[in-house]
Amino acid sequence: MAEEKVSSTGEEDSQVVNPWEVTAKDGDKIDYDKLIEQFGCQRLGADLVQRVERLTGRPAHVFLRRGVFFAHRDFDEILDLYERGEKFYLYTGRGPSSEALHFGHLIPFMFTKYLQDAFKVPLVIQLTDDEKCMWKNISIEESKRLARENARDIIACGFDVTRTFIFSDFNYLGGKFYENMVKVANCVTFNKVVGIFGFTREDHIGKISFPPVQAVPSFPSSFPHLFADKNNKVNDNLRCLIPCAIDQDPYFRMTRDVAPRIGYQKPSLIESTFFPALQGENGKMSASDPNSAIYVTDSPKDIKNKVNRYAFSGGQDSIEKHRKLGANLEVDIPVKYLSFFLDDDAELEHIKEEYGSGRMLTGQVKARLIEVLSELVERHRRGRALVTDEMVDAFMAVRPLPFMFS
Amino acid sequence: MGFTKDQLLDRLKELQINFVCYDHPVVLTVEAQAKYVGHLGGLLSKNLLLKDKKHRYYVVSALANTNVDLKVLSQRLGLGKGGLRMAPEESLQEILQVPLGCVTPFALINESAGTVSFLLDQGFKSQECCFFHPLSNDATISLGSSGLEKFLTSLGRKPAYVDLEATPLVGKDNPPDLADFVPSGVPALSDSAEKAPPIQPPVVTQAPENVKSTSGKASIKAKVQSGTTEKPKSTVNPLIEATDVEKVIEEIFAKFASAVQSENKQEEIETSLFDGVRKRITTDLQMQMMSFKNAAYSQGFQAGVEAVRIAMKNMSFRS
Repeated sequence: MAEEKVSSTGEEDSQVVNPWEVTAKDGDKIDYDKLIEQFGCQRLGADLVQRVERLTGRPAHVFLRRGVFFAHRDFDEILDLYERGEKFYLYTGRGPSSEALHFGHLIPFMFTKYLQDAFKVPLVIQLTDDEKCMWKNISIEESKRLARENARDIIACGFDVTRTFIFSDFNYLGGKFYENMVKVANCVTFNKVVGIFGFTREDHIGKISFPPVQAVPSFPSSFPHLFADKNNKVNDNLRCLIPCAIDQDPYFRMTRDVAPRIGYQKPSLIESTFFPALQGENGKMSASDPNSAIYVTDSPKDIKNKVNRYAFSGGQDSIEKHRKLGANLEVDIPVKYLSFFLDDDAELEHIKEEYGSGRMLTGQVKARLIEVLSELVERHRRGRALVTDEMVDAFMAVRPLPFMFS
Repeated sequence: MGFTKDQLLDRLKELQINFVCYDHPVVLTVEAQAKYVGHLGGLLSKNLLLKDKKHRYYVVSALANTNVDLKVLSQRLGLGKGGLRMAPEESLQEILQVPLGCVTPFALINESAGTVSFLLDQGFKSQECCFFHPLSNDATISLGSSGLEKFLTSLGRKPAYVDLEATPLVGKDNPPDLADFVPSGVPALSDSAEKAPPIQPPVVTQAPENVKSTSGKASIKAKVQSGTTEKPKSTVNPLIEATDVEKVIEEIFAKFASAVQSENKQEEIETSLFDGVRKRITTDLQMQMMSFKNAAYSQGFQAGVEAVRIAMKNMSFRS
């Protein structure tokens, strides 16, 4: 099966999706169906969601039910092996480019926490401080500092320290991890990375040689302190599941292509859509515009202000028009956000009904959203307040996790 | 002069011992050896040449992952604490006539090794594929335990397996269980089958029974270690359930709900009320409890790191 289809970074009028750039075609929305086809991954259907519920004995996470995590590669194989009683581990990561995290950043972590709790499996979290150092031109010290700061927010999402290993590239690279990087690097030509990531001859070699760094956490032998047995042997058949946003797919297309050639298993992926900016799907969530997103450091007042003033509404200009025509749910951001974060399926349906028909007003929907977001931010803030330096050290310590599969 | 690898292999063939010989580049460590034969699914060995204060020598052949504690072994042999040391490099040539990194039971074939005592990990018992060096580091042979036993018998040694990880208490009432392994000075004879082998180490499974009389702790140890190679895991670790955040929150909530019912003597409270309450607070409680678990672990981890630091400081202080 032709796995790695090259993303068409050359064509100008098509959408661009890679780890460093996400632009829709011509100011439009991202076409996810086209993306799935272009990348060659699979849609995550309702049947798989039901299977997850059955296997884990609990309701599926809201992101699964609402199609936020909508695509996958070989997730069904993970479910197969889980059903047989075999194990797997989770791998996700973050490029620590800024201190402030917004909800878009949290989504993969919220979902990964659910996966960890539901399947009772270990997790490795990679902080690519080296990558941000190169791409964002920040100093190594600053990169490392941001990595630790971001680690706090990540921990506050509720990961279990007895099952989680967080590491930053500057701290951890070496040993078996580096050996695997060389193995991977040996199998990928310059032409290949140009095709996959859009590198050019002008890009410095740090960038060009970075992809293996993000690839090898997919292989258990990169973490001998976790996965080696008493004889220092690692079971290379231990599978890996990677929850990530779909713009990370290129890294793992490359990884999946290389894995069998070096005697390793292909990692499985479960991928999410992009989280829209407050101003709408076409808007860009950028660090320079704090009003484009809700940050975990926002106060309830900030949240209220941002949602009321900047959240793009699909409602009509006047109340009369609205009661008549109803809201345009396709472009309405508050409803979109609620579909991410309002857990109650029935309530969401009700809101969509009422708002779409015009009986409910934008203000009411926004009020509900403000409530939901405030609760989330408050919970996060409470959790983060309890993350000390020692706790970060513990999560990042190279130590065995004897109960990681319990 | 010492036997060569080829002479050894010829001898094994004469004795009709089945083996497979794998050549590889010179290796000095088990890890390096594992690179070449580790994938074959056999048992790698770590082999030590030890020496006591009276210049008696011991070859210990253990599974690569068996923990060999020289202090414990020393006591079990009746040499007191700290009576055993790793033998110096010269002894390898002098006594075993093998190069560095090549200690192997096959070295006992040499006359110079006649008085060396041999302790064999019981992990090798009844195993089909055990890896040892054949007198040189550029090869590894794989043979079954029966083959190894045959070889030892041909040297006039009686094959005996030792539980190298056992830590029986040695004291007034409990004589050292491996005392018979201490060489008496009379060499084992290589070729003749007529002369009785002078070193007769007893088969070790009796050892734990000596420990019965002492404290309860010791007798529990004896029960666990009676003759089996694996330490049996009787029950699942209770801490696993106790630290399961979701489970604990469920239990707390159930307890709370039933207490509320009991207190409210007027009438039954609707279960839907409890369901509603539960829905409201479960996530928050779970997050709070996870913070608690992580905090407790982190404090313990800190304490552990400090404890090691203190121990290392004390060690360097003494030496």
